[in-house]
Amino acid sequence: MQMTLSQFREKGTIKPWVLSEQNCSACLPLNFPCLSKTRPEMSSKKQTPANPAEGTLPAPLSNLKIQHTKIFINNEWHNSVSGKKFPVLNPATEEKICDVEEGDKEDINRAVKAAREAFQFGSPWRTMDASERGRLLNKLADLIERDHLILATMESMNSGKLFSIAYLLEVNSAVNTLRYYANWADKIHGHTIPIDGKFFSYTRHEPIGVCGQILPWNFPLVTLAVKIGPALCCGNTVVVKPAEQTPLSALYVASLIKEAGIPPGVVNIVPGYGPTAGAAISSHMDVDKVAFTGSTEVGLLIKEAAGKSNLKRVSLELGGKSPCIVFADADLDSAVEFAHHGVFFHQGQCCIAASRLFVEESIYDTFVQKSVERAKKYTLGNPLNPEVQQGPQIDKEQYTKILDLIESGKKEGAKLECGGGPSGNKGYFIQPTVFSNVTDEMRIAKEEIFGPVQQIMKFKTIDEVIKRANNTHYGLAAGIFTKDLDKALTISSALQAGTVWVNCYGSFSPQTPFGGFKMSGNGREMGEYGLHEYLEVKTVTVKISEKNS
Amino acid sequence: MSSSGLLSLDLFSLQIFIDNEWHDAVSKKTFATINPSTGEEICQVAEGDKADVDKAVKAAKNAFRLGSPWRKMDASYRGALLNRLADLIERDRAYLATLETLDNGKPYAISYLVDLDMVLKCLRYYAGWADKYHGKTIPIDGDFFSYTRHEPIGVCAQIIPWNFPLLMQAWKLGPALATGNVVVMKVAEQTPLTALYVANLIKEAGFPPGVVNIVPGFGPTAGAALASHMEVDKVAFTGSTEVGHLIQVAAGKSNLKRVTLELGGKSPNIIMSDADLDWAVEQAHFALFFNQGQCCCAGSRTFVQEDIYPEFVERSVARAKARVVGNPFDSRTEQGPQVDEEQFKKILGYINLGKKEGAKLLCGGGPAADRGFFVQPTIFGDVKDNMTIASEEIFGPVMQIMKFKTIEEVVERANDSKYGLAAAVFTRDLDKANYLSQALQAGTVWINCYDVFGAQSPFGGYKMSGNGRELGEYGLQAYTEVKTVSIRNQQKNPCNLLLSNFPTPLTICG
Repeated sequence: MQMTLSQFREKGTIKPWVLSEQNCSACLPLNFPCLSKTRPEMSSKKQTPANPAEGTLPAPLSNLKIQHTKIFINNEWHNSVSGKKFPVLNPATEEKICDVEEGDKEDINRAVKAAREAFQFGSPWRTMDASERGRLLNKLADLIERDHLILATMESMNSGKLFSIAYLLEVNSAVNTLRYYANWADKIHGHTIPIDGKFFSYTRHEPIGVCGQILPWNFPLVTLAVKIGPALCCGNTVVVKPAEQTPLSALYVASLIKEAGIPPGVVNIVPGYGPTAGAAISSHMDVDKVAFTGSTEVGLLIKEAAGKSNLKRVSLELGGKSPCIVFADADLDSAVEFAHHGVFFHQGQCCIAASRLFVEESIYDTFVQKSVERAKKYTLGNPLNPEVQQGPQIDKEQYTKILDLIESGKKEGAKLECGGGPSGNKGYFIQPTVFSNVTDEMRIAKEEIFGPVQQIMKFKTIDEVIKRANNTHYGLAAGIFTKDLDKALTISSALQAGTVWVNCYGSFSPQTPFGGFKMSGNGREMGEYGLHEYLEVKTVTVKISEKNS
Repeated sequence: MSSSGLLSLDLFSLQIFIDNEWHDAVSKKTFATINPSTGEEICQVAEGDKADVDKAVKAAKNAFRLGSPWRKMDASYRGALLNRLADLIERDRAYLATLETLDNGKPYAISYLVDLDMVLKCLRYYAGWADKYHGKTIPIDGDFFSYTRHEPIGVCAQIIPWNFPLLMQAWKLGPALATGNVVVMKVAEQTPLTALYVANLIKEAGFPPGVVNIVPGFGPTAGAALASHMEVDKVAFTGSTEVGHLIQVAAGKSNLKRVTLELGGKSPNIIMSDADLDWAVEQAHFALFFNQGQCCCAGSRTFVQEDIYPEFVERSVARAKARVVGNPFDSRTEQGPQVDEEQFKKILGYINLGKKEGAKLLCGGGPAADRGFFVQPTIFGDVKDNMTIASEEIFGPVMQIMKFKTIEEVVERANDSKYGLAAAVFTRDLDKANYLSQALQAGTVWINCYDVFGAQSPFGGYKMSGNGRELGEYGLQAYTEVKTVSIRNQQKNPCNLLLSNFPTPLTICG
């Protein structure tokens, strides 16, 4: 018998099980604040989590029913104008979960019109107190938290993400991000400015207007929160296009947006494809800003479309080939573990993946040996199964691309230490793969693989490794492992990357800005810096008859 | 000796400035810069093109390499260099003001008192920021310590216009150098002279070679080479919206360089019937006619409330007729020539369109002299929103006066434009001032004043008037990359926990 949503809610969470070494050590990274306190080997003394909810995990729902598959405009559900739908797949089984309405240019036009209407001067949204905007965002976070298990199960099924990660990380991060920005809403201060002359000058930080937001498939819920959180707390209206691979959680959140009481037209969600719906957003004459997370290749198209249309503001979070540098004086076991998760986390499908691992010569052999042992510990399979530590890649296209890059690594002379091919007969599974003796000119050392493939390179001197680490058109993130303060500070200054982690990798939090140098992006998300991307500054200067300090 | 008849040009070089040295163009080509008051050539200047831009970018990149003198320099010393540059410009203020007037045509009194004054204030303002642009330490969740570094972006291309050559150079150099970037600047082909003189002063001030490189040349060649260059990390452009599009597209087609744009405008100036009429007339006149109308923020749509419309128009026409047009070196002159023949012809074309489309020509309407690019101060009344002169940027001494009835109506009409650079409101009513300053889609709103610029106040456009802000603290964001550094901590101690370990204070007994 299927349990209805309300029955489920009344019943509360299903029997929790506690994170332990046995069921989680292989799948959960050390770098996430909510988890780090439960990791005894990383801490000198055992600590109990401050929040009792931390570290507990229920079983996934066994009977999830997908309710929301339509286009969300003006807080209402619509069929696509064309009548077309597209299938959404479970990457672990290659089976269809459901069909979703396929938004295209016409649907984007309707959504933009609704968003524009909601942004009219004098509209409920424009005349709303900033504190009330914050309250609505907090309410949305509460509703997501209430439906934590539904969203985690959905995300795991649709994106192939381990259920534990979907539950403990994806949903929690989305909730934390929304609450972080909810609390900014009435604290975005303009300045009063001591201008020369008999004038009084101040700035207003105004919303930009209608913001197009195009999301990736690797962290569907987190990227949704990272996009709508700052946009809404600043008072913008949005048209969101989720990735065609993973539209389900965004559409579910749409229902919560309505339930939270956010006015019609403020958030509109149009599932669809990049070349149609995405392109319609980026070249739309009535969209004031576009924020995109995805590949550098598409980032270039979006910036160009903005230039060709209405000079809409553009912020981009794009690809990377992030260096992770391990010095001989580092805590070796900790470095191996972080470097491992740095690249293998979420099947390697992270823009920040530590996909160029530079290890100092004297510890190279030991490091490679330990890394290979670590990579071999995996069980691949259905991500809803708690015994599994690695799920499938997102789709066939990615799967094929990764296998092709693995072949190129073999051909170009890198040493295959483990893995190196597909796993299983069904679903897009790839063996955890480690290459050693990788040199900088190989394809696997230059191109973003976006899969479970680790490249380990050797270096001798600091100057050499800085030069090699920076020799890429990407600049998203970097990691350094050393106990030496001088090395840590020198290299964190020298690396061309928007984020540098020292003795850790992949630690994210809503408070810290994130974004790319060079062709890894434009602008920053998260933190106070993330607000700049959603504000226009207006200077108001008033003539006064006499000025006194 | 090359000479303009007024002043010696032997004090500086007319070549391309790279690595603190002077170079001929790789092609050996030169172009003429014209005195707009006479239409005659002042001198020939080296014409930079792609090959010269490549040389300049190479020099800039080298100056930006890790460990270079510029990268290792204390931030306070960068500030000192900028202050020294300001001092040298002040020392040579009269010469620079003369040169600016010769090349651009703006009245000498304005060059000396307004342009040069703002240049000095801008450079000194940003000099002070050099060691005060703080990153943050961030209370990240978990056992980590996190902070941000505000790092320079790298090689910044800066393409500047001809309407305020020296001032736009200062707006661009100030924040870029204060934050530690290196610069390749393309100056407008109409007005290259003062920037090249300042290049000399940059060297004299002691900036390391390669930090500032200046390439005179044309937009479609040198400008395009910068916008599409793979080694340029950022491009800042001030000019037309049309070219702004090309620059954003070039960034998207090349390396995703960061783009900031300050573009055109068709800024509304709204006169409510309760305003101080004399002051409003004078300010509306100044808003449009200042700098021969060649301001991106010109108040080129003057909306006047119905009941004061006839009187406002009458006084505005009287004021425009009294405007003194002539030799910019004459101290009585209020208005000099337009910058070049192309602009001169374009403006006259717009005036003809205004007449054809049925606007009422109230004064002016033609050239103001037999030679040089002078245009009569021109006013159109009964202008309708759909006329070309009410929707396109004219960039000349042509004022459009429109009538409105209600505040809601004027907001809608004022915002009905692809531009959003500036706006102004004249009223004595606080409620009206507050309502309009919120409703207008513009990066700057002036209340009971116009064209008030301070180095402290940010400036930039909504909508298609630009991306980003210049001036003020906001202007620094456009020249920095934010780097987040997060460090693993063994244990995090919020201060309230530390405090709990303190012993209780001793009780003092009598």
